[in-house]
Amino acid sequence: MHDLTPAVRRAVIAEDSVLLRVGLVKVLETAGFEVAAEVGDAQALLTAVAEHRPDLAVVDVRMPPGFTDEGVRAALEIRERWPDTAVLMLSQYVEERYAAHLLASNTSGIGYLLKQRVADVEEFIEALRRVADGGTALDPQVVAQLLVRRRSDPLERLTEREREVLALMAEGRSNAGIAGALVVSESAVAKHINNILAKLDLPRADADHRRVLAVLRFLGV
Amino acid sequence: MASWLACQASAYRLLMTIPPRLRRVLVRLRRDLLFIGAGAPLHGIPPLLSIWACLHVGDILGPATDWGTLGLPIPLTLLVLSAYGLTEAQRWRFRSLCGVDLPRLRLREGKRQWGYNCLIGPLFGLLELAVLAVLVTALAAATSLVWIFAVDWHWRVEHRGYATPLGYATVAGLLVLAAVPALAGGLVRLENIVGRAVLCVSRSEELERRVEDLTESRAGAVDAADAERRRIERDLHDGAQQRLVALALNLGLAKATLKDLPPEARQVIEEAHREAKESIEELNSLVRGLHPAVLDELGLDAALSGLAVRAPLPVRLWTELPDRAAPAVEAVAYFVVSEALNNVAKHAEATRAEVTVTRLGEILRVVVADDGVGGADPARGSGLKGLAQRVRSVDGAFRMSSPVGGPTTMTVELPCTT
Repeated sequence: MHDLTPAVRRAVIAEDSVLLRVGLVKVLETAGFEVAAEVGDAQALLTAVAEHRPDLAVVDVRMPPGFTDEGVRAALEIRERWPDTAVLMLSQYVEERYAAHLLASNTSGIGYLLKQRVADVEEFIEALRRVADGGTALDPQVVAQLLVRRRSDPLERLTEREREVLALMAEGRSNAGIAGALVVSESAVAKHINNILAKLDLPRADADHRRVLAVLRFLGV
Repeated sequence: MASWLACQASAYRLLMTIPPRLRRVLVRLRRDLLFIGAGAPLHGIPPLLSIWACLHVGDILGPATDWGTLGLPIPLTLLVLSAYGLTEAQRWRFRSLCGVDLPRLRLREGKRQWGYNCLIGPLFGLLELAVLAVLVTALAAATSLVWIFAVDWHWRVEHRGYATPLGYATVAGLLVLAAVPALAGGLVRLENIVGRAVLCVSRSEELERRVEDLTESRAGAVDAADAERRRIERDLHDGAQQRLVALALNLGLAKATLKDLPPEARQVIEEAHREAKESIEELNSLVRGLHPAVLDELGLDAALSGLAVRAPLPVRLWTELPDRAAPAVEAVAYFVVSEALNNVAKHAEATRAEVTVTRLGEILRVVVADDGVGGADPARGSGLKGLAQRVRSVDGAFRMSSPVGGPTTMTVELPCTT
């Protein structure tokens, strides 16, 4: 659906494993991005973003020199200094608080996925495009970990199906995306979403990323 | 070398010709004499140093001798310091010549060491010299009829009746020689008793010391095991995991881009892709069971939500952790939750579980509860046994309530002093 976008979008990759970096370049090129730069650490990433002003930065969380959260800190800086650059974080493990930091000010153009998701190339490409278009892509794991932390539970009021829909909503998917994932019609999805928003006392929102924001606020991010 | 070995062998054969009882006495006597012989010079050092010091007392008052004004300070300093070195030498003597292992004394127990080496030691030195003197004299007397022929013959001509007193001397010497083993044995026993009494600490003190040592060495072992797990995790992350993700990515790319492949080739690629993804999952779960990176980097709180989500049943997680605990304690707490949830999934037939981790003062409390069938017995399952062992390794407490029919509650309390 985004194939009609006229200009070729440009991306920067920050990933310290050379093997994976090569693979990511191929995936991004397959997805129609032009890879402006590929770097191996956070400092080089900031320099590359300043130089190329890409539409999208794909960033590994754990990078030299400390191998902890350099990627997250670089991503926060990118979002502050160049708000037009969308950021997709890749991580070895999911830490819901990283997601919270990243989503704190602005949920548009942000993604946080487990590194292994890149193997599912088609879904990964969809997530790349969604994020580059200003949408959201959260790993199902992030959503699940947020749900685990809830104690007193209005979520109990939801049906099993509604919970599935809620999780997909929180990942940043559109109604069509949710319908595809659950193999149901879009109107059925819309009905479920209305029920969920009503049961959880969430404001109605049209744009996908505002809906994500509402769900995440509810989950305590 | 060969001739030395041959010599030893012939000495051994000669020893074997002696009747066993006498042989035992001789072997023992040899050991006792070595012990006494080594003791005499060791015990002699402090008195000799004292005598040296006494000879120079006059230096302070009168004109300086060759030694200058250091004549007195040097032997006195050596005397004070020698106590420590001598104790080590005595420990060596007791251990290698007597088979008695005296525990190492601490430096602050200088009074005992000084008392043994400088007050009791010289007395033993005298006794040892006496025993050696008796031995030498008795040997000389017993063999007098032999060595007298080495004396100048003029003497023998002048003292014609020498054979009779020498005969008495031989008999007396042999009698005394027969008593030497008992004498030497007695002295060795006496030294043992006194040495143990003075140089050994009391039983409770010794136990206290052992507990300290064990605590320290156990903490070292626990830390070393943690460090090893961390190293393995880092190696897997930097190596196999990245490679597998890259492999799966390439297979995924092939699957997504090569649309015009024959169906057989396509099937092979799809299968390889699935296998690669499963390998990643397996490796991830292996790392999670070992020591996940998130535990080091972000702490227990962050690591637990990953565990809770991956359990095959709904898990509620409640944490209240104001500060991070010591790495070893965090690792044990993580392992406890991981094993407990594994157990619940495997045996409890539960519909839900709840994990509560709180830190109150110096205690980190982990409670894992489920609504399953109960009847869990820590004595049977190896998982629970390993869990209890790991809790004990950091001095934690492990309690389990699991009546048949459920519910099961496991409580683990870990001390965290830092």
